[in-house]
Amino acid sequence: MLSIQSLSKTYADGTRALEGIDLDVPNAEIVALIGGSGCGKTTLLRLIAGLDHPSAGRIALDGEPITGPHPGVGLVFQEPRLLPWLTVADNVGFGIEHQPKRERRERIAHALERVGLVGHAGRWPRELSGGQQQRVSIARAFVASPRVLLLDEPFSALDAFTRKDLHRHLLALWEEVRPTVLIVTHDVAEAVALADRAIVMRPHPGHLDDTVVLPMRRPRDPAAPASEAATRTILSALDHSLRPRDASRAPQLAGGSSF
Amino acid sequence: MSAPAILSSDEEQSAPSARPGRVAVLGTGARLALGLLVPLALALGWEVAVAAGVASGRLLPPPSRVGAALWTLAASGEIWTHVEATLIRVGLGFAFGASAGILAGALTATLPALRWLVDPSLQALRAVPSLAWVPLFILWFGILETPKVALIAVGVFFPVYVGVAGAIASVDRKLVEVGRIFRLSKLALARRILLPAVLPATLTALRTGLGLGFLFVVAAELMGASEGLGYLLLDGQQFSKPDQILAAIISFAVVGKAADAVLVALTGPLVRWQDTARDTL
Ligand SMILES: Nc1ncnc2c1ncn2[C@@H]1O[C@H](COP(=O)(O)OP(=O)(O)O)[C@@H](O)[C@H]1O
Ligand SMILES: [Mg+2]
Repeated sequence: MLSIQSLSKTYADGTRALEGIDLDVPNAEIVALIGGSGCGKTTLLRLIAGLDHPSAGRIALDGEPITGPHPGVGLVFQEPRLLPWLTVADNVGFGIEHQPKRERRERIAHALERVGLVGHAGRWPRELSGGQQQRVSIARAFVASPRVLLLDEPFSALDAFTRKDLHRHLLALWEEVRPTVLIVTHDVAEAVALADRAIVMRPHPGHLDDTVVLPMRRPRDPAAPASEAATRTILSALDHSLRPRDASRAPQLAGGSSF
Repeated sequence: MSAPAILSSDEEQSAPSARPGRVAVLGTGARLALGLLVPLALALGWEVAVAAGVASGRLLPPPSRVGAALWTLAASGEIWTHVEATLIRVGLGFAFGASAGILAGALTATLPALRWLVDPSLQALRAVPSLAWVPLFILWFGILETPKVALIAVGVFFPVYVGVAGAIASVDRKLVEVGRIFRLSKLALARRILLPAVLPATLTALRTGLGLGFLFVVAAELMGASEGLGYLLLDGQQFSKPDQILAAIISFAVVGKAADAVLVALTGPLVRWQDTARDTL
């Protein structure tokens, strides 16, 4: 269980990126975080990953507090961030260098197979397309067998076909390791395709606004009535989150200074 | 039904071997030949002009005389003494200057306090034309090898120092975060991310340094030497032997280019991964 309690982050320049985040994610759940830019999604993931420190509140993984990068937490950045001087295989194995050579090789081969890049093991990252690079970066996160996997808009730079393909690869990997997944997206269809729960976020300061449960079975058909209904629900929650908040929620902002 | 087809065609693309044939049209040999065309034409023109009596060739001897001078120097083995003397000076100066530059660059880039302490002074020293040190070095070290090597080392030091410090300072924070996510220790971070990341810029700085090493060895040998290619230059001037001067200049070009090629060949495999326009231009 990933549990986040009254988490806040105020940057040095005074930006209140997050305030009062409370969230419990049971093991193996997939949660989609949706929201416009600037509502603190990246900040939240970086805090959970231990790359930044919260201003207040606490994060714990199975009761163990997270104060820095944690072996059980993996992060896939928005950009692939592959190391250009390592081959595809060595990039995938970057986080498991301490493991015995043979096991490492097997894990790398297996992960590459899972993301459909078997024939590309010996290539340089620059020789891959954007979608292939992002698959390598997902494989890199998965080989370390994280208990929690964080993905920050991992597919936002890709075209719709590649994105659908990557959803498939991601779910295949998830089936195998069954980590808890937090995926940031601003694509409602992506949330509906992947998540058990979609959480809509709101800026100024960033907080969780609304939750939509997505109980459909996988694999999901985006054209199925249940998916379409879920899409509509999330869209209306998003729509609501874009409206200036009502007086009962934040009376101090009644002057319309939410921009 | 068309979606899968599009997907799979996306899969197959981007094979690196499928580069456009432009490079193949002009093979390496042909490109080399093209580069030689201009100097060969000029040399031939001058040779013909002197042979036809259009020019005297006294101050600028024709290629045949320069070639003859080179041949004499090589046959007597004299040129090798000079090449060896020059190479030893450049090698020593480069070794000292480059190691000091790498060390200073790495230290100032990683320790802010040290940077604030010494970088301003180093930058001020860098603004001094290196040749200005010559009189001081002669006073300090005499006129033998030491001042020459010192001058070359100073010349090599600054580009390497600036290059290495700049390379470390500009390492992509995003890649460092990849290391942090996988909880690399400070040492592992330096070895697995910082070092490879700064390698290309460091090698470029070393090449610049080596080039300057050859620049300064000429200056050093002109200030007095009994052997070395620079001595050949000076000797040629004092005894009015332009063919010897040209022979020395050609030797400088060949030796400098060869040293650079050796450096590139030795370090090339380290940066094979680099995504440069070199092989597509
Ligand atoms: N390092 C930083 N320093 C100061 N402000 C920041 C920093 N990173 C993000 N912010 C601010 O925090 C807010 C949330 O940013 P971010 O978490 O990147 O949002 P999102 O990922 O949802 O687009 C934004 O207003 C952004 O400008
Ligand atoms: Mg973001």
